[in-house]
Amino acid sequence: MPAYSYAPQPFVRPPELDGGTTGAPVAIVGAGPIGLAMAIDLALYGIRSVVLDDNNVVSVGSRAICWAKRTLEIFDRLGVGERMLAKGVTWKVGRLFHGDEEVYSFDLLPEDGHKYPAFINLQQYYVEEYLLDRAREFPDLIDIRFLSKVVDHVAGAEGVMLTVETPEGRYDLAAEWLLACDGAKSATRERMGLDFTGQTFEEQFLIADIEMDDSPFGDHGTAERWFWFDPTFHPGKSALLHEQPDNIYRIDLQLDLGADAKFEATEERVRPRIRAIVGDRPFRLDWLSVYKFRCIKLGRFVHGRVVFVGDSAHVVSPFGARGGNGGIQDVDNLGWKLATVIRGDAPEALIESYHEERSHGSAENILNSSRSTNFMTPKTPIEALFRREALRMAHDQPFARRLINSGRLSLPCSLEGFALQTPGEGLVRPGQPMIDAPVGNGWLLPLLQGKFTLVGFGGIALPDVGVRRVGIGQTGTGYATHDDSAGYALQRYGAGVAYLVRPDGHAAAVFHGEVPEAALKEALARAMGRTCERERA
Amino acid sequence: MRETYEMGLGARGDEGYEALVAAHEGLDEAQSHALNARIVLLLANRIGDVDELKTILKTARSYA
Repeated sequence: MPAYSYAPQPFVRPPELDGGTTGAPVAIVGAGPIGLAMAIDLALYGIRSVVLDDNNVVSVGSRAICWAKRTLEIFDRLGVGERMLAKGVTWKVGRLFHGDEEVYSFDLLPEDGHKYPAFINLQQYYVEEYLLDRAREFPDLIDIRFLSKVVDHVAGAEGVMLTVETPEGRYDLAAEWLLACDGAKSATRERMGLDFTGQTFEEQFLIADIEMDDSPFGDHGTAERWFWFDPTFHPGKSALLHEQPDNIYRIDLQLDLGADAKFEATEERVRPRIRAIVGDRPFRLDWLSVYKFRCIKLGRFVHGRVVFVGDSAHVVSPFGARGGNGGIQDVDNLGWKLATVIRGDAPEALIESYHEERSHGSAENILNSSRSTNFMTPKTPIEALFRREALRMAHDQPFARRLINSGRLSLPCSLEGFALQTPGEGLVRPGQPMIDAPVGNGWLLPLLQGKFTLVGFGGIALPDVGVRRVGIGQTGTGYATHDDSAGYALQRYGAGVAYLVRPDGHAAAVFHGEVPEAALKEALARAMGRTCERERA
Repeated sequence: MRETYEMGLGARGDEGYEALVAAHEGLDEAQSHALNARIVLLLANRIGDVDELKTILKTARSYA
């Protein structure tokens, strides 16, 4: 059991047990990072939700620890980004070893002028704790119910009826929408009998957290991501090392095919393995787990009024940190759409675009993580041969370095070519997430996220069509402008360019030189799902 | 003597590597050897420059 002290959350008797009703339009199943982020996102758009979880503590074990820049930008919008950054361990350099020799290192964010770093490592229990604290700041909008297990649901065209089991009895809960944020083993998914099959990797991996005062990163002194192919401390296999807050280190070790998981997760088996890595530094085992990895996604994320978000919709192997990060991007994509539909400002078809866009994002994550996992676990002698020779040449061949795949780390996916975007050209293309830059006394992204925004860079006038307007490095009238004294924004976007930005921070349309009012209105209608034309690139 | 080579496959290196490995699927060791020989002959021909081919051969051999 981790050193982290778990505070049990109380069971609060809901009105339904005494014949009352709640009337929240959204029921969220699961109070993990995805369910909690979903509730906060909806609350920020003024939408009420009930969150149901069968447990009463945050994540047992550190589980998801790598949070990528784009995810942190979303967490920033949700109001927890700065707290996570302050607590988390910031890193951006990955080092790759073959045997005991460093083959090369890579910098995941080689440029300045971003509020958030490439990555922070932060245990999932802290992520959930901070999200829970934040959710509690919306008592009128978020009703979190612990020790409340959804045991059944019936979905119709207009809504969903859930059956909830609690320590004080059963009740029925009515909602317009059910968001299944109940993880990889989603009971909602199983209840609906949805096919969830895909690639399962036979190899098993040991995940160990150790608490240790001395840094294993030695002279480097700063936290990095270290990955070994065939190290002498673990011959023929791969190993991965990460630093977390509170002097906790995460070690992943590939195990032999057919290893006995129960035996491998015992302390007497694990201690010598750790010893071999950290030498004679004193350490304490904090958490142990043995995993098999799978890459699977649901065929459809949206089933009428039941929507799957996060691991319930897709699971990936962890190489590349695409699980939790992908899930938070699901939340980001769905929140504003669901709020718009519930408010009656967009047709229900807008929710279909969540499936299209995030199914695409999830496929991209799965493609990358399966390639990484395949590279790490050669299936045949010829695969092992290709990998061995690529590794040998990687010591001095730049091309071979680029073929060594220890995980392609999570990047936000582009939504270019999908129905909500108006095709266009630019340094940032419609569908891509907007890029941060220092502007005025703060940062660009917080000015653009959370509602539809028209942002202009340099000399371009922004017409008023009822969306928020932001000027960067220009003197606009009738809206807020911010200077670009460091020059990053205009360098990243160009001058005389304007973007229509979706509430999730992805560009929906781009305008060069001028913003014709009719074209802007058309792009806005398209981005809200009010037009049904499909323009796949 | 070996030459060093920069990445020539751009952002699609993983895809190229995956395709190379997949080409061997279902073959035994002898069949894989034969396939590798055919691939080498095809690539050598596609390079179309004997001097460059010799440099590549020398570079590859230098790791033996």
